[in-house]
Amino acid sequence: MALVLNEDQQMLKDSAKNFCQQSSPLSVLRKLRDTNDEIGFDTQIWQQMLSLGWAGIAVPETYGGFNFGYSGLGVVLEESGRTLTSSPLIPSVLIGATAINEIGSESQKLELLPKIIAGELLLALAVDEQATHSPSNITTTATKTDKTYLIQGKKTFVLDGHVADKLIVVTRTAGGTDKEAGITLFLVDSDSPGLEIKRTLMVDNRNSAQVHFDDVEVPSEAMLGEEGNGFIALDRVLDIARIGIAAEMLGSIQELFDRIIDYLKQREQFGVLIGSFQGLQHRAATMYSEIELCKSTVRAALAALDNPDLDRIEIAELASIAKAKLSEVYFLVSNEGVQMHGGIGMTDEFDIGFFIKRARVAQQFLGDATFHRDRYATLKKF
Amino acid sequence: MQALDDFRSSARVWLEENCPQSMRTAMVQEEIVWGGRRPHYENPESKVWLDRLAEKGWTCPTWPQEYGGGGLSKEQTIILNEELRRINARPGLTSFGISMLGPVLLEYGSHEQKLEHLPKIVRGEIRWCQGYSEPGSGSDLASLKTKAELQGDHYLINGSKIWTSYADKADWIFCLVRTDFDVPKHAGISFILFDMASEGITTKPIQLISGASPFCETFFDDVKAPKNNLVGRLNDGWTIAKRLLQHERTMISSFGLASGQSDRGGTTSTVASLEGAAMHYRGDKGKLSDLVLRDEIAQFKIDSTAFMLTSQRSIEESKQGQGPNATSSMLKNYGCELNKRRYEILMKALGSQSLGWEGEGFNAEELLVTREWLRSKANSIEGGTSEVQLNVIAKRVLGLPDILSMSKTNQ
Repeated sequence: MALVLNEDQQMLKDSAKNFCQQSSPLSVLRKLRDTNDEIGFDTQIWQQMLSLGWAGIAVPETYGGFNFGYSGLGVVLEESGRTLTSSPLIPSVLIGATAINEIGSESQKLELLPKIIAGELLLALAVDEQATHSPSNITTTATKTDKTYLIQGKKTFVLDGHVADKLIVVTRTAGGTDKEAGITLFLVDSDSPGLEIKRTLMVDNRNSAQVHFDDVEVPSEAMLGEEGNGFIALDRVLDIARIGIAAEMLGSIQELFDRIIDYLKQREQFGVLIGSFQGLQHRAATMYSEIELCKSTVRAALAALDNPDLDRIEIAELASIAKAKLSEVYFLVSNEGVQMHGGIGMTDEFDIGFFIKRARVAQQFLGDATFHRDRYATLKKF
Repeated sequence: MQALDDFRSSARVWLEENCPQSMRTAMVQEEIVWGGRRPHYENPESKVWLDRLAEKGWTCPTWPQEYGGGGLSKEQTIILNEELRRINARPGLTSFGISMLGPVLLEYGSHEQKLEHLPKIVRGEIRWCQGYSEPGSGSDLASLKTKAELQGDHYLINGSKIWTSYADKADWIFCLVRTDFDVPKHAGISFILFDMASEGITTKPIQLISGASPFCETFFDDVKAPKNNLVGRLNDGWTIAKRLLQHERTMISSFGLASGQSDRGGTTSTVASLEGAAMHYRGDKGKLSDLVLRDEIAQFKIDSTAFMLTSQRSIEESKQGQGPNATSSMLKNYGCELNKRRYEILMKALGSQSLGWEGEGFNAEELLVTREWLRSKANSIEGGTSEVQLNVIAKRVLGLPDILSMSKTNQ
């Protein structure tokens, strides 16, 4: 298993780092927040990302992509995590394009993927219904009529919900509430009658929405994948998304840790640098060790996505390992980030606060550490 | 690439023909081969396996052929290790000569010293022990006081060492001695080798909380060591000592790596895996009924998988010929802490069956768990405590300032 980047991946990472540091620094997120920006991301920066080809990195060439693999998309997400960049890269590219590519019919792929890559189509995944991630626990129904389906229900924590052109909606067409059988996915236009999308302002200042479906009518052709058999395909898409989110978290954690170490090397108390205190040194060394483990799990999981020999259970295990581990370590490092900066870490003027806010959202998104430890134990049959 | 593929096929064929069947099973403690002048082979096939490996130099695959090693490149060594793992082959020889002394002799020893000592290490003819810690010098290793005085063609050595692993079974010792008392402590240390059969050496095993006695006190009373046995330059032994410690950490972290499987070795054993043991002792089928323990086990397995991946990454990242670096401290520390966690979880999994000391009411495996749990507590003390490893990471990897730099201690 390749745990070290190859030359091409390293070049992409360097160029992504360069772009994010120069064009999309953390101050952009602060400005979006301070101006109550209605879109929630900087459209000019998004256009530049599109022209760099980032939306097509993991998409096959047949559909207008660059076939550069998830390891490629992963390093871009990692660098965008360093600057806490808010963009459709996660909702539309990592999740949306992946869902179409993994589950869509040939005609859906041919129609939609080039549009996503060109930035003409924004997608949002509507899966969660309750306060905790539980992707088989679906009560939103899709009832078959003559030639259409009527969707009834509500969704929450829908990233980019208020700006997306289409929603990928996870519904139940059969079976009981918490059953994997009977789940069906639909592509729903966001301007459909009966659809109400409310933006929710989140602590990390990224986009999210709650969505209500009141007999929203969709044609049969809007179905993504097979009726009633949606869960396994959905879970694979979620695993890819979990690994991608872990890559983004890895970037944020490393940035946060670099800032902590810099501070320990310049802040003086009692006439010495605080970084000389063993009480802080050992905690820093512990974080360093945990971050090294994070790097390995993310690299291994991304490499696994690009390895056609692995089956979905192996991928699922690596996804849960990565998401559980990164969630724990982001929790640790974000708390230490505030504590080790002392009073200044509590001020809004200082950037550290943005990391702890983003940390909690990223930890919970698509399953927190306990969710993934439970899932891992189930996958390991104990 | 073709050359490597050829190497893989020839290694595979050779292993198929030469690795005895019983050497393709998980290692058990009693059958570990340490070599030496008084070798012990619990399983006769262990000797066959060792001799065949040594003949090819594959007990030390990367060492140069002129010193008896295999002369393999890093890539070939990775392939050889993969092929050994593929057939679940046991190590032919376990020794401090291979994992600690050999690498520093290759780096700092004279040609004559390499010629004399390395081939015997490869063949398992001499068993080495490590004379580092002293009764007064624990983590502050450089404060050591064992004295070596030059007297003509030899050094006269007086003093004592402690925690000398298997000193009572070893043939030779690599030893840190003070050769100058009038300079700062790091500047007066030398690295010397001598025969444990020399006159004036006594060893005394120390009984540990586990009941076992792997460590000794070692006393030197006017021991003579030939002048030529000094490795590197006089009074420059601290450089070699630190280098050897990095190799030691890598060795110890590889024990942790083995624990990454959370397997104790046996495949049919009820305590082969933590979850298997936990379910067995609760009579659970399908799902572990203690959900808190289940979460703890899942967390442990996730961490140990992440650790194993990190050890692999560190191998991939290290360049050809480059030895271990400061990340060896991270791997040592994490691996040892993981191993201790593993035994604590195993105790919870076995319940009161993990608490037996000896005799009836417990099977052999359960009694072993008790003893190994106690033994594991030393993991974060030996080879540099976890606290020392964290100091090394803070200073050498993170570059944090050293509050003690102007005072007496410096790790």
